Amino acid sequence: MENLQVSQTEEIKIVHSDVFAIALHHRFQWEEAQQSYVILFPEGMVKLHGGAGEVIKRVDGKASVGDIVAELKAAFPDAVNIEADIVGMFEMAYGKAWIRKL
Amino acid sequence: MTQTSLGESIVQKEIHKESQVQAKNNGVAASITHTQPLWLLAEVTYRCPLHCAFCYNPTDYDKHTQNELTTEQWINALRDARKMGAIQLGISGGEPLLRDDIEDIVIEAKKLGYYSNLITSGVGLTEKRIQAFKDGGLDHIQLSMHDITEEINNFITNTKTFELKKKVAAMIKNHGYPMVLNVVIHRYNIGHIKEILEMAEALGADYVELANTQYYGWSLVNRSQLMPLKEQIDEAERITNEFRQKVGNKMKIFFVVPDYFGDRPKKCMNGWGEVFMIVTANGDVLPCHSARVLPNMQFPNVRDNGLEYAWKESPAFNKYRGTDWMKGPCVTCPEKMNDLGGCRCQAFLLTGDAESADPVCSLSPNHHLIEKAIEDSKNPVLASKPIIFRTDKNSKKYVAGDKERVEEFHALP
Repeated sequence: MENLQVSQTEEIKIVHSDVFAIALHHRFQWEEAQQSYVILFPEGMVKLHGGAGEVIKRVDGKASVGDIVAELKAAFPDAVNIEADIVGMFEMAYGKAWIRKL
Repeated sequence: MTQTSLGESIVQKEIHKESQVQAKNNGVAASITHTQPLWLLAEVTYRCPLHCAFCYNPTDYDKHTQNELTTEQWINALRDARKMGAIQLGISGGEPLLRDDIEDIVIEAKKLGYYSNLITSGVGLTEKRIQAFKDGGLDHIQLSMHDITEEINNFITNTKTFELKKKVAAMIKNHGYPMVLNVVIHRYNIGHIKEILEMAEALGADYVELANTQYYGWSLVNRSQLMPLKEQIDEAERITNEFRQKVGNKMKIFFVVPDYFGDRPKKCMNGWGEVFMIVTANGDVLPCHSARVLPNMQFPNVRDNGLEYAWKESPAFNKYRGTDWMKGPCVTCPEKMNDLGGCRCQAFLLTGDAESADPVCSLSPNHHLIEKAIEDSKNPVLASKPIIFRTDKNSKKYVAGDKERVEEFHALP
């Protein structure tokens, strides 16, 4: 399993023209009681911390990674190295199959 | 229904040590933690058309089949739990489809924002009902499967349901639901793991849970007849890993390791009263499926004080929260936060002392009871004893006090 996961991670290469949607059978929503965004799926849920929630919230099957990077750069002008963080978040979410590539 | 199918993978809440406060509960000082009932399990009925030998339901379930909550009471419970942060909803039983108001419950769950899951044997699922569930917003359906052979399926469930399950699986898939299969593993099907996984793949399963039997309720009564050998489990796990390599991400396979063969106990329910809340058919509110076996405990009921009281205030929910209830060897154990002492029900059922270490732990002074159970499972005399199936008739016997076979497992002090 360890090896399998490593090889999968290596294959993931996010480019600006990629367009993602929330994975089938997964649901993304704001949870008032937890004051955070969550992704729900059979048998589990993931709580997304601030930055991650901001990225996934914009994943709608239309906006490209580049669009989302530009939007977040505009929304958070003071954040340092924000692009690497956003791409890292896409890599993780795609690696975990929370989002699917269109 | 299996105990392990109900959310091992749910996000785990941390216990905030610094914010613990003391409270007196049932005479025991317990630590109140920052808990939230993220997972609500609604065991809406204990009636069931199947008679599975491994069912975790209480052996005396028959006394709870006449006083089920009404639709309105369930809807109120859903609302109250949601306010407290519950988000994953499991609708289970018994066989939930024996109630004709599951459609109403599903609609309300959707309205409230739950991610809802119907946990079913498939008996009673019709085109009409599944369409109503889809329209009502049910998120997924978890179907229990038993074996690739008609013979074992029909034997272990004591019913003729093999063909039906295949039909229902196709129906679930056709309605665009994720295919979530749960297979309880025991001596009679552990040799067929590869074939079971192949069947799951052929059915288009997205998630497969291979849940090794855990011994509560009916499965405890039938333990010597159900428990496989350690070597069989190792082989089953090896085959499962091989299969995972082959199918990759398209079918997620969970292999739930049986605790009897581990050195350390499971962190049961992710901690008592930490993330799970169960409302049973008659309205009892429990921190785990089998908690009612524990002695001297008064569990709250939704008909009395509601769910907020049950979760936050009730002595029963506070009794085993955190670590203050522990005694040796757990209390000084450097690993105590890993498993919180294991399962209180298992500790009581096997040792007669609910506050002792789960005997699964090799550090428990009662660990020999587990070794004995494993030895017993290899004893051909015990293994050939008839299985006691989960039937109303057998349950009535337990209610009436004919507990002979259960008491075998109580090493009362």
